[in-house]
Amino acid sequence: MTTEMRATDYTLAELLICVASRLLEDNRAVFVGTGLPMVAAMLAQRTHAPNILIIFEAGGVGPQVPVLPVSVGDSPTFYRAVAASSMHDVMSAAQAGYIDYAFLGAAAMDAYGNLNTTVIGDWEQPKVRLPGSGGANDLGSFCWRTLYVMRNQSRRTFVKRLDFVTTPGWLGGAGQREQAGLPAGCGPYRVITQLGVYGFDEETKRLTLLSLHPGVTVAEVQENSEFEILIPPAIPTTAPPTAEERRILQEIDPDRMVIGR
Amino acid sequence: MARYVELLAEGQGELLGWRDPDENRAWVRDNKPRGLLDKRMSVREAVERFVHDGDYLAVGGFGHIRVPMALIYEIVRQRRRGLAIAGKTAVHDIDILIGAGCVSKVECAYAFGHELRGLSPAGRRAVESGQVKVVAEISNGGYQWRFLAGMMGIPFIPVRNLVGTDTFEKSSAKQIRDPWSGKPVTLVPAAYPDVALFHVPRCDRFGNAQMDGILVEDFELARAARRVIVTTEEIVDEEVIRQDPRQTVIPFYVVDAVCEVPFGAHPTLMPYRYSFDEEHIQEWLSLSRSEAGTQEYFAKYVYGVPDFAAYLERIGGRRTLERLQQVERLRAPAGASRRSRRRK
Repeated sequence: MTTEMRATDYTLAELLICVASRLLEDNRAVFVGTGLPMVAAMLAQRTHAPNILIIFEAGGVGPQVPVLPVSVGDSPTFYRAVAASSMHDVMSAAQAGYIDYAFLGAAAMDAYGNLNTTVIGDWEQPKVRLPGSGGANDLGSFCWRTLYVMRNQSRRTFVKRLDFVTTPGWLGGAGQREQAGLPAGCGPYRVITQLGVYGFDEETKRLTLLSLHPGVTVAEVQENSEFEILIPPAIPTTAPPTAEERRILQEIDPDRMVIGR
Repeated sequence: MARYVELLAEGQGELLGWRDPDENRAWVRDNKPRGLLDKRMSVREAVERFVHDGDYLAVGGFGHIRVPMALIYEIVRQRRRGLAIAGKTAVHDIDILIGAGCVSKVECAYAFGHELRGLSPAGRRAVESGQVKVVAEISNGGYQWRFLAGMMGIPFIPVRNLVGTDTFEKSSAKQIRDPWSGKPVTLVPAAYPDVALFHVPRCDRFGNAQMDGILVEDFELARAARRVIVTTEEIVDEEVIRQDPRQTVIPFYVVDAVCEVPFGAHPTLMPYRYSFDEEHIQEWLSLSRSEAGTQEYFAKYVYGVPDFAAYLERIGGRRTLERLQQVERLRAPAGASRRSRRRK
């Protein structure tokens, strides 16, 4: 499924970015990667969250990003920053409880929000070797609320059993993170895909549908997942990007590298 | 309370670069120069003297940022073999070394990918065919804390990540019960790389190296590694360092070699100086899709040139380099090449 088929005037990336951006509160700290999360944080900064603190894992703290970075370490990540610091500094800040939000992506996720970015197939003899944790295991362990953006929800990416658990979600359910030794009171918060927005059930910590993107049905959501998604009785529709949000996105990404055409 | 610490879990990954702290202290005492020695030498000599087959190697910078590429190409040229690499967001460096057949082991926090530029054909092929073995997994945060423990001269450091996952199961970390809080806590072992490589904007002849922009984990890594090679855009007078000592990230007493290599990070980015050479990176990514293309790349850019200066001529010389300087100073758009990448 693509948004093109829905004949909307916005792109799928614009929709995902706007949803992600609206989740970020002002005067909070967010750990971002490049691409879509970066654009979402910049959009929040230019709309409802002017004082959001943007932090990059390689050490960029509070930059006023002039052009879109292509790496979480390139110069725009510390352009007019309040500090050009180190990984030890920012990872320690996360471990010490300073970081409210972090964006993560993954090749695959299970019903508890555990993520795989390491291998497809067997670890010893992988069918596809992926890059590994990077900072994902750190952010998924330390940040208060992690936000996942996965633009290709399908039965291959929403799976019953991961080939490899790279980054902790809710592990096997409520209380298991603390039991394992992870910091208390944090974990996955929202999952945004091309079909809808999800949260996690309070009791079971299983994936729960929160809203459907315009034109998407509950059946499509379930068809595109190997595990059962919890479906509450009334499902709202995701608010599409506004004209103002789209105008700002065009300013942030004039080449439409991330927001697409 | 138990009289000894309770071991709760152990990762099964290979322990790379760990040493008994007393053994390492004695080695440091006997091998690291505390006097102000002139350590200037050529890239060729530095690699000949300090990078050996089978070494456990870590490279400063991050991804495509401030990567000491002149040293990487020289390691390829000298055909080092059997290296174990710290995959600490190792991107272009490890890809080139793997493609050239220099690597047999990787401890992986992040490798085999090029961030937004996609997965690495050479790295993937090597791991999927078994030519290169991933011997342990870890995270970026976990890896830099291994270097922090190494720098501190302690055997391990307690952290609160990794656990609950297969990343922990395949790591060299352990988990114990914290004797104070009673909660489970992760221990990552110290790492002392045999050799670490850095590229910096300025350094004096003794090895006092300054950096501009983010440090990533270079502060810790330089102090944890046994041997340290620094390449620098320019060798500056000691007085330049002494006038602004706060900028010194790597002090002379951990440094073994200083090499002056202008544009020594090409095709990666040097903060405030020059941007990525996107065309060159794309040429590598495209050629490295096949073994024949990979060999073509090395014939053209490494074996076919005597040194890094000749390589810089081959990538377009002054004209290319001046353009990359303009891009980094935000005086020219990076857009053209970025847009063409998007269309592919």
